[in-house]
Amino acid sequence: MGQTITQKILAGHAGRDRVAPGENIWVDVDILMTHDVCGPPTIEIFKREFGEQAKVWDKDKLVIMPDHYIFTEDPHAMRNIELLRAFASEHDLPHYFDVGTSRYKGVCHVALAEEGFNRPGNVLFGTDSHTCTSGAFGLFSTGVGNTDAALIMGTGKIWVKVPETMRFVFEGALPPYLMAKDLILSVIGDIGFEGGTYRTLEFDGQAVFDLSMEERMTLTNMAIEAGGKNGIIAPDEKTFDYVRTRTDATFNPIYRDENAVYHTERVYDVSKMEPVVAKPHRPDNRATVTEVAGTKLDRAYIGSCTGGKYEDFLAAAKILEGNEVQVDTFVVPASTEVSRQLREKTLNGKTIWQVFLDAGCKMGHASCGACLGGPVDTFGRTHGTEVVISTTNRNFPGRMGSKEAAVYLASPLTVAASAIHGKITDPREVLV
Amino acid sequence: MKDVIKGLAYVVGDSIDTDQIIPASHLVYSMSIPDERKMYGRYALSGLPTADQGLPDGNIPFTEEDAYESSFKIIIAGTNFGCGSSREHAPFALMVAGAEAVIAESYARIFYRNSVDGGFLVPFESRERLIDSIRTGDLLTIDSKSGIMTNETQGVEILLNPLGDVADILKAGNVFEYARQAGLMPK
Ligand code: SF4
Repeated sequence: MGQTITQKILAGHAGRDRVAPGENIWVDVDILMTHDVCGPPTIEIFKREFGEQAKVWDKDKLVIMPDHYIFTEDPHAMRNIELLRAFASEHDLPHYFDVGTSRYKGVCHVALAEEGFNRPGNVLFGTDSHTCTSGAFGLFSTGVGNTDAALIMGTGKIWVKVPETMRFVFEGALPPYLMAKDLILSVIGDIGFEGGTYRTLEFDGQAVFDLSMEERMTLTNMAIEAGGKNGIIAPDEKTFDYVRTRTDATFNPIYRDENAVYHTERVYDVSKMEPVVAKPHRPDNRATVTEVAGTKLDRAYIGSCTGGKYEDFLAAAKILEGNEVQVDTFVVPASTEVSRQLREKTLNGKTIWQVFLDAGCKMGHASCGACLGGPVDTFGRTHGTEVVISTTNRNFPGRMGSKEAAVYLASPLTVAASAIHGKITDPREVLV
Repeated sequence: MKDVIKGLAYVVGDSIDTDQIIPASHLVYSMSIPDERKMYGRYALSGLPTADQGLPDGNIPFTEEDAYESSFKIIIAGTNFGCGSSREHAPFALMVAGAEAVIAESYARIFYRNSVDGGFLVPFESRERLIDSIRTGDLLTIDSKSGIMTNETQGVEILLNPLGDVADILKAGNVFEYARQAGLMPK
């Protein structure tokens, strides 16, 4: 029986030729990533278990990217950053990206890609559920808690139960009114938000390989919203180009066996798909934009690891240009690199940043922002009964701050079209 | 892992996510400094909408306003318990509040893993839907060896799924002890 990419990567990292779904194995970890929320408790557990003087297993493989609670006055949040800073200097960590310095990056999942840490064939763990994002580069990546991360920090190893793989094949040409966000929200709507629990979601098919790396990351990012262990896309020339411009590190691309066995396979013709939203309060509560068009909004939000990449803003800007938003619209670039691109790249002679300003948007600093609510002074956080349309990935009660707020998830195109009308609007109505 | 876990049931619904188990704004507290650690007990399950707090009646906070510990020891949940973020603070908060086990129809994998690897709680799986029959406040006893859960209040016995592979980690105490036994860490 042939193996999937995920099985082959895991087998290789367990020193074996093959592994079967359901087996528990110990794997060697290539990269461990942590951030300001889970880093400090991970370090605490690491010290408790390995000793105050213990060294991390390999400092070149540990990446620490504060991103969650950055632009806040909250004293506890600030203390977390100090703990990371102290640990990084104590261990002389080369990959600590400190806040308030030119090294600051922003949202870890986007920055891992930008800094060249997503390498095909690797195994990457992170203390964040959206660590599955990195799988867009043909590697095994998943989120773990602080205890597991502390074990990796000390030993470079962790146990994994080998997952079965669900394969999603996207065929056809993507129409200009659709984005990867529509594809993944459709998948989650179809299989339900625990439909992928314990499993791999593998994305395949010509329409996937036609996507840019950023758009592929939107697909793998939301594997977790279907409960998935990891999301993965086989690497191709686009992947190699992206990675090679970011790192000199060598890597070893892995592909599935011809006769790989899948748990299930679903085929989509993207040319026939529709713009969709996830209605409050679950990411699988899918409706077509047509079905909810006209819903009155109080706010729009463009940001996060799933919807705050450069191309997300470019897509939104194409709609916002020459228009004015009718509701408060918060714009939060995922990373400082995205932020810089917005200030440098132009659309019809204006920087994209300026397009947003002229449309009346409120511009934030690169970070997670209000994607997860955060301390009360967080930019864009909800405090009441706001109805929000957002490019983020979760709409559980209270996720963006207030339990009474109602959040619709949608693509940047749909969010921008809705922002200029003050109600949920199909991007086909405004795209010329 | 205790052989017998006995306590009052607290019943919640399906797909209780980690923001409901411990809202993100509370994650800034230290997990080790006692005065801050207890806040996790205070705010455990505080993200549940009031009507969903303690089914079937609702409106029963898991931890009372002025308390740091809950009077409930066993959480009964539907499907996909602990979905959402990877925060280990979720099973940790439940433990700090005094919970010792969860019985759910299914779990989100990171929550499940965190509960086991951290040795915070025992995540039992039920074969049937329990949230419609067990009431918040029922007295339950779980025999972790036989996997039998007795509802003392209602006088019913229910067989839970075996814990499988993770029983070894739970028996060891946490993943570190388990790794020591496997020779991956110095004793
Ligand atoms: S942007 Fe949102 S989903 Fe992404 S890492 Fe930050 S909080 Fe998590």
